[in-house]
This record gives sequence, C-alpha cells and structure tokens, in this order.
Amino acid sequence: MTLPLLDIRDLKVTFRTDDGLVRAVDGVSLTLGEGETLGIVGESGSGKSVTMMSVMRLITDPNAKFEGEVLYKGTNLMALPQDRIRSIRGSGISMIFQDPMTSLNPVYKVGWQIEEQIREHEKISKRAARQRAIDLLTAVGIPNASERVDAYPHEFSGGMRQRVMIAMAVSCNPDVLIADEPTTALDVTIQAQILNLIKKLKDDFGTAVVLITHDMGVVADMADRIAVMYAGRIVEQGTQRELFYDPQHPYTWGLLGSIARLDRPRPRRLAAIPGLPPSLMNLPAGCSFAERCAYRFGRCGEERPDLLDRGSGHLDACFLSTQEKQQIRNPTIHPELVEEKP
Amino acid sequence: MLTFVIRRTLWTVVVMFVITVVVFFIFFKTPGVDPARAIAGRSPTPQQLAEIRVQFGLNRPLYVQYARMMKSIFIDRNLVSYSDQGELVIPEIFSAAPATLSLVFGASLIWIVTAIGMGAAAAKLRGTIYDPILMILALIGISCPVFWLGQVVNLITQGGLHRSVFSWLPALGYTSFATSPVKWFEGLIFPWITLSILYIGLYARVLRANLLEVQSEDYIRTARAKGLSEQRVLLRHTLRTSMITFVSLFGLDFGALVGGGAILTEVVFGIHGVGFLTYEALINLDLATLMAVVIFGAFFIVLANALVDIGYAWLDPRVRPT
Repeated sequence: MTLPLLDIRDLKVTFRTDDGLVRAVDGVSLTLGEGETLGIVGESGSGKSVTMMSVMRLITDPNAKFEGEVLYKGTNLMALPQDRIRSIRGSGISMIFQDPMTSLNPVYKVGWQIEEQIREHEKISKRAARQRAIDLLTAVGIPNASERVDAYPHEFSGGMRQRVMIAMAVSCNPDVLIADEPTTALDVTIQAQILNLIKKLKDDFGTAVVLITHDMGVVADMADRIAVMYAGRIVEQGTQRELFYDPQHPYTWGLLGSIARLDRPRPRRLAAIPGLPPSLMNLPAGCSFAERCAYRFGRCGEERPDLLDRGSGHLDACFLSTQEKQQIRNPTIHPELVEEKP
Repeated sequence: MLTFVIRRTLWTVVVMFVITVVVFFIFFKTPGVDPARAIAGRSPTPQQLAEIRVQFGLNRPLYVQYARMMKSIFIDRNLVSYSDQGELVIPEIFSAAPATLSLVFGASLIWIVTAIGMGAAAAKLRGTIYDPILMILALIGISCPVFWLGQVVNLITQGGLHRSVFSWLPALGYTSFATSPVKWFEGLIFPWITLSILYIGLYARVLRANLLEVQSEDYIRTARAKGLSEQRVLLRHTLRTSMITFVSLFGLDFGALVGGGAILTEVVFGIHGVGFLTYEALINLDLATLMAVVIFGAFFIVLANALVDIGYAWLDPRVRPT
C-alpha cells in the first residue's frame, strides 16, 4: 500500500479555559489518499473544524495543546517549525472557509490577494502571477475575469466571493484542499454550483479534498469516504456506500433519519435526535452518545467503545454487535435502502 | 477616485465659506459685542465711537462689512490689530506659523512612531504582564495635563538640572530652522515630547484595540492559511485595516493643533506660534486677531478633514463612491 497523502494519528486538541480543560478533539485518526475526497460530518462543536485547522496549524490560541501526529507525505506537521509549515500552507495544503463574506480582506483587490499567495510560494513575475490570477478566476467561473481581477471583495456576491476563495485556494496546485463548510453561508441554489465547482477542480487537478460539513446531502454527493464525528471523536468511518446503505452507529442512523426526503410521503415532523451533545468539559465516562441513544445498555455508560474495524475498513465505535444492529435497523431505518444494497 | 477628490475639494471650499460667515457674525454681530468700543479703548466719548464706526466701515450694510473684512484678510492682508494699533494681523500669523508647524510636525512624528510601536507591542504581548503595563503607561500619558507636564519638564530641564545634565539646552523659545538647525532642534525637543505624550497614550490604546479586533477577523486567518509570514500578515493585512481609525483621528488632531490647538504647549515653552498669538489676543480681547486666528485654525481643520477623507478612501475601498 502506498503512503497516504495525509495521515492523522491519534490527534488530540485540548483548550485550557477558565472553567477547566475542554477536549475539542479526542484521539482522531484519519487518512487521505491522493485524489480522494473525504467527508467529515458532524454537528456544531463536534471537533471537525478544529481537527482540520490543527492540521494546518492555524489555531493560534496560546491555550491550545496538541497531541498526536499529522503526517503529510511522511513529514510530521505538528513538529515542524513555523517557517516550514508556512511553505506547506497554501501550496501543499490549502483551505476554504465557511463565510466568504468575511474571509477576503476588504481593502485589497481580489486579484492582488490571489497574486500575493502565488508570489509567496513561487518565484514568478508580477505579470505572470496576474495572468494566472485571471486564468484562475476564469476557471472558477467568474465572468469577465480580466476586468473583475481588479475589483474589491465588496463588489462581489457571496457565491462569487466563494469562487474567488476557491481560486485562491487552488492557485498553487495544492495536493490537499480542505473545505470547511464551504456552502453553509450560501443559499441553496449557489450551494450546488459551488459543490460542482469543487468537484470539477478536483477532477481537473487531481486534488484530494477534505470536505467538512454538517449536511449529509453534501457528502452523499461528493465524498468517496466519510467520517462521522461526535463530541471530538470519530464514531463511524467508511466508504460513502457503506455509510449510506449500511450505517453501523446509532448516531449515523439519527443523522440519516433526519434528512428530509422527497421520495416519500412527507412526515408530520422531521425526525430528530433527542437531547444535546455533551459538554466537552466533562465528557461522560462511557460512550459520549449514550445519553441520547435509544439503544443503550449497561455497558454504554461505563466503558468507552473503541473505533473498531468490522471488516473491509468500515469502522464504528458501538458496543452493539453486528447482528443486534441488523435487527434494530431493519425495521426502523430505511428498509428499502437495505434491499438496494448491491 | 479622482472625481471623489475633486468633489471633496469643492465641498471644502463651501465649508470654508460658511465658516468665515459664522465666525464673522460671532465676533462682530453677536448682541452686546461692539467692535467700535473694542477699538476705541477705555471710556470713549460717543463722538469718538461714531468716528470709529465710520472709519472702520461699521455703519455700512452687513454684507459690505463682511466683504470688506474678507478683502482685508484674504486679498489686501491689511487687517489691523485692534489692541496694538498699526500691527498687521495676517503677516503676524504667517510669521508665527513656522514655529507652530515645526512644533506640531515634530510632535506628530514622535507620537505616530511611538504609538504604533506601543500599540502593536501591546497587542502582540497580549496575555502577558507587559500588555497591561503598556496600557497603564498610556493611560497615565493621557491623564497628564499638558500645562502641568510642561512646567515639570521646564522645572527639571531649565531649573534643577540645567547646570549639569541639561547644560546644552538653550533658554526657552523658538529659533527658526534657517537660523540654526541645531538650536531649532534643541529648543523643540522637550516641547515635542511634552505635546506628544497625550497623543501617544491615546493612539496606542486605539491602535491596540483595533489590532485585536482585526486579528480575530476571518481574513487574517485566510492570510495565514495562504502561507504568508507572520510579519507580512501583520504589516499588510492587520495593520492596514487597523490604521483606518488611526488616520481619521490623526487628521483631526493634526489640523486642530496646527490651527492653534497647541496653545498650552506654546505658552508654557514660550514658543511664539499661532497658539501663543491666540493667547495674547485673548488676554487683550483683540477681536481682529482672534477672528483671523480662528479662521486660520478652522481652515486647517477643514483641510485636514478633507485630506483624511481622501486618505480614508485610499485605505478602505468600501467608502469610495462608485
């Protein structure tokens, strides 16, 4: 097996606060192969953004403590000095953020901001960088790019600004593109356009993508593999087919069950997972999801389930046996989907 | 951008016109104010007053009086001081201006450099003990009244230690740069420091607050994610947006100081600038000089305001009209 492009090993991120330690990421291990798309799904505060921000070493909070390793092409990013990590940021791994309205500097022209990144990483003339910025803007679908390159961010709409962000992120042909909820702040029609754009760029440039989202619909469309995070841990991880057609963790069932569906009669109420995620300050001794889980039993409250391989690389962290899950799931979770299973 | 500059300049002319009208009315047409009485001196006879009114045109219609006044200020430059007969006001202001400009330019240079250094250091050292120490120093600077501080500085440099440490220091007063650059510098160094201390404190605190605010903006995170060095992020991204408030404050303060706002510093250090002139005119109730000085000051403030607006548009493209 070839070396994975990005290999996160047992990453833990802890924040010291006035009220005590907050463990935002609690032993996350993930790999990303070349050209692969990995979806990370979870609700707000589950640690998905913190995980990827830690990979980029973008968390500047002096109260944050990091443990574990992040191997990028075999180099441990967590141990690199600042100037080495800088040369990877933006050229090896780049990132798109959630809110395009605030992610671009309002006082510089968009072209200038793209050129700035290119010229930081490559020895290239001003003219060439500018030409490349125009080409990139054209590639992300900005009409009349040779003029718009001299426009300021406030002269663009939200969707267009996200396109600019994407152009900037791919400007140095990164191996990995981390998209942190790239469509959350956009309206639905624009969402699809942006996702298609990311997909197209990924195919054109062979970039591996990490897609962070809380929207199962987004990963269903894009991801090759999916990791589901809950309270700082991965609770289930598998290929997109496995996750959608053979989900193993009750939390994943809950997420899938709460998607509004167009192919069925409309339910009176959309299904939801009862309760709230636990406070990261004092996590329960057992499974963090136990409190909200309809299928918990004695052991769930005492021991923490490990993320275990159920064969073929499909991992989940739940004490229920495969047979038990099958029994619970068959009548409750999308029976027709199970039949569709190839 | 060019149309903005032109429009802003035209607007400045309008504002200046309005200011001259308002100032004229305040000084000459406020009920109870009689310029003739001010010119005549102590206990004049009614006949004398009537003569003065005719002589100075105070019996003519209002707009004629205004026009004559403006003509004597701006065109003929022969406005005569009321208390010191024969002294021409406008040349007096122009000969006082270099002292004030020297004082204010030097002080503003000191306070800009020091305030940027202090503000940036405090923001950078946030979370350590140095940040509150710097900010308390700034607060002390803001709280020191300049007349008191100036006197203390004089007491030390001209009094107690004048024979030893500060023996190189010339006596109080202003020497023009053309006469002797060294003396010019020596005479101004303590006035500069005294005047700038208040502004250093103020600007350092404002800059620190702005820097901290901008530092947590999403686009600063983007700048880091692009792989830029911390220094570049600070200089090109954080500082530039933080300077917007700084620049608007500076324009106003600078204009006000050049227009006579440095009156206390000038009086304490015996620098015969525009502020000192104002001080003398106030003591003698010299209406003509006061009015000329007020118009001169107002012009500088308006001019500085216009420059700030243009600088503001240069710094922040969002306020540029399209």
